Amino acid sequence: MSGGTALNPKTAPPFPIAATAMVGNTQLRKNVRHATDVIQAKRARVVGEMPDWQALRDAGSAVREHTIRNLPFYLEQFERNCTAAGGHVHWARDAAEARAIVVRLAQEAIARGRTAPSIAGRPAGEPQGTHPGAGEAADGVALQGEVIKIKSMTTEEIQLNRALESVGIHPYETDLAELIIQLGQDQPSHIVVPALHKNRQQIREIFLREMKLEHLGESPQDLADAARRFLREKFLRVETAISGANFLIAETGGVCVVESEGNGRMCLTLPKTLITLAGIDKVVPRFQDLEVLLQTLPRSATGERMNPYNSVWTGVGKGYAAGDGPEHFHVVLIDNGRTEVLADAEARQTLHCIRCGACQNACPVYRETGGHAYGSVYAGPIGAILTPQLLGMHYAQSLPYASSLCGACYEVCPVKINIPEVLVHLRGRVVEENTGGLKTITNPEAMAMKAAGAIFRSEGRFRAAQRLGRMGETPLERRDGQGQKWVSWLPGMLGGWTNVRDLRAMPQQTFREWWEERERKGAPAGEAG
Amino acid sequence: MKVALFITCYNDTLFPEAGRAVVAVLERLGHTVEFPAGQTCCGQMHYNTGYQAEALPLLPRFVAQFRHAEAVVVPSSSCVTMMREHYPGMAQRLEKEHPGIVDEVASLLPRVWEFSEFLTKKLGLKDVGAYYPHRVTYHASCHGLRGLALGDGPETLLANVRGIDLVKLDKVEQCCGFGGTFAVKNAEVSSAMLAEKTTAVLNTRAECVTACDNSCLMHIGGALHRQRTGVQTVHIAEILAGDEA
Repeated sequence: MSGGTALNPKTAPPFPIAATAMVGNTQLRKNVRHATDVIQAKRARVVGEMPDWQALRDAGSAVREHTIRNLPFYLEQFERNCTAAGGHVHWARDAAEARAIVVRLAQEAIARGRTAPSIAGRPAGEPQGTHPGAGEAADGVALQGEVIKIKSMTTEEIQLNRALESVGIHPYETDLAELIIQLGQDQPSHIVVPALHKNRQQIREIFLREMKLEHLGESPQDLADAARRFLREKFLRVETAISGANFLIAETGGVCVVESEGNGRMCLTLPKTLITLAGIDKVVPRFQDLEVLLQTLPRSATGERMNPYNSVWTGVGKGYAAGDGPEHFHVVLIDNGRTEVLADAEARQTLHCIRCGACQNACPVYRETGGHAYGSVYAGPIGAILTPQLLGMHYAQSLPYASSLCGACYEVCPVKINIPEVLVHLRGRVVEENTGGLKTITNPEAMAMKAAGAIFRSEGRFRAAQRLGRMGETPLERRDGQGQKWVSWLPGMLGGWTNVRDLRAMPQQTFREWWEERERKGAPAGEAG
Repeated sequence: MKVALFITCYNDTLFPEAGRAVVAVLERLGHTVEFPAGQTCCGQMHYNTGYQAEALPLLPRFVAQFRHAEAVVVPSSSCVTMMREHYPGMAQRLEKEHPGIVDEVASLLPRVWEFSEFLTKKLGLKDVGAYYPHRVTYHASCHGLRGLALGDGPETLLANVRGIDLVKLDKVEQCCGFGGTFAVKNAEVSSAMLAEKTTAVLNTRAECVTACDNSCLMHIGGALHRQRTGVQTVHIAEILAGDEA
């Protein structure tokens, strides 16, 4: 039940290869197109209601830029205020460190649970219920146990679930979409709607099989009821929760999570121990900054005016709040490559992202491939710029090219990240890595580009190339029924073009040749033929 | 007005009829047209594919050809987007080698216009006195739509063409999948995007599809021809150059 092979950019195939397989999966493409169409239409409607939408984007962009520019200051402020409120802040340089910290914290929480009565009045740790994970806790050696999880892409980024399972701790995803992914041994394909590539029938089949149900209706209500019954038992039994964070508030040391189903809130309030993971980029300076971001995030993400559940919690329950919310609260702040992104002035705006996924829904490339082709939990345009930077360009060189640079992502981004600009900048870094000396000579694309560059630097060479191109192309030309000449087959790299498209043959006279002829003849006016 | 043409490398080589049509429209409107012969390419293919160093030398060449122009007209929203988005930054990188180029680019760029934009925004025209008796659909290329924010300018010009039957394209804001080297590097995804676009074109039952960019049209037209649909692609200038005579 733990999920298949995680999306790992280090081992994923290059985008064009993975995407080709996805393009052949008509059911997946149909699901993705339908889902993105629905979300985009909803988004357009609720964004259209806002007369100050562009001003909100500017404000959101300003908040994020200011924060990222002053990141160390706000992170330290967050740590101070979170600690003062009774929380514990941990710093993790990379995924391995983060995994180790969370595993240790979860183990400590489970050990505490064994020595104290649980909130439900049952001895914690004793096998309850009928599902597998719980009945196998008593081998007496490893501290086996369970945690419940709130949807978090950061935990996917560091592949936390596998790390937990490897020490005998079973994580239960409680977000409906993440639950579908987990039960279906699948991978998220969208940062907001991780199961967007699945349709209702496919989800029903997963529930029937994995929840061991005999009957299950087909309506959304039936599916929601099944999930609710399945999860309620976990909420009431499991005493340790792991969450992500939408925002960390430096001014108060608080954490903000927004969601649609309320399952997250169950995890925030019922368990005794709450472990929150967040990238260091998630911080915002003030509580008031949420005013802007909580207007733009839900509208961009799911086309809702406001998330049904918006939770902000600070530290641990004290005084009147004792017994309400966690007794033990930890925040694990993860760098995992983010400081490197910060160091690149031209790509730094990548960190402004508030993970709304609007760029994915708007992207015509994502629309045809779904998320898995990107080989990372961060798919679509934001993934195409984030993944290579977090992992190192070396692992994801094809991702900055997984875009036609149409600009739809920039247009919808609520914090105005100029994704096309960053893509082009990263392409420059890819070329830098792959060229220079021998690397250029053995790289056909680089050789072709260098040659073309040399041609364009000289009018004479450009004219000669036009003539040569015409001659070289002649043997490939064929006349169609209208007597026009077309090319239907090109060699090598260019074959990608003629697989599905013809290319009109080069005309016998270039524009400049026509112009010169016209000048010689004495410039007749208005001749278009 | 004296108008200098930057005809773009692919129009010059592959689609000279678009350039000839631009000349015809501008001259019919009473402007004097010139073609600086030393021009080659704006550098977009190199720049956007990551070969920024290869694109850099093309900027001083462009400036040298056009620095004295009253207006520069380009029949490609893609190339104009390249210039507006990247030339200022490229000039910064070149300033040491070419002192003054930052200021020159800053003064030249406001005089550079995409062809339809020149007609609607600079000259304030809605009707250029054209005649084109065909059913036509307009593809708003991404660079025209988002890069230059051409708005309904091109469609206004088309709507005022006599004899035309202008029909709206479904999902007009969606990319056709060309994207320069994207079409070759990600050929399968590009053709999946293209299939959505050609389906939309065929649904309009138009005889021809037009745009402000021959690059998108080369891509769309290539598929329409491969599928033997008989639907033609023409640059917007060719429609606006249409004459009843």
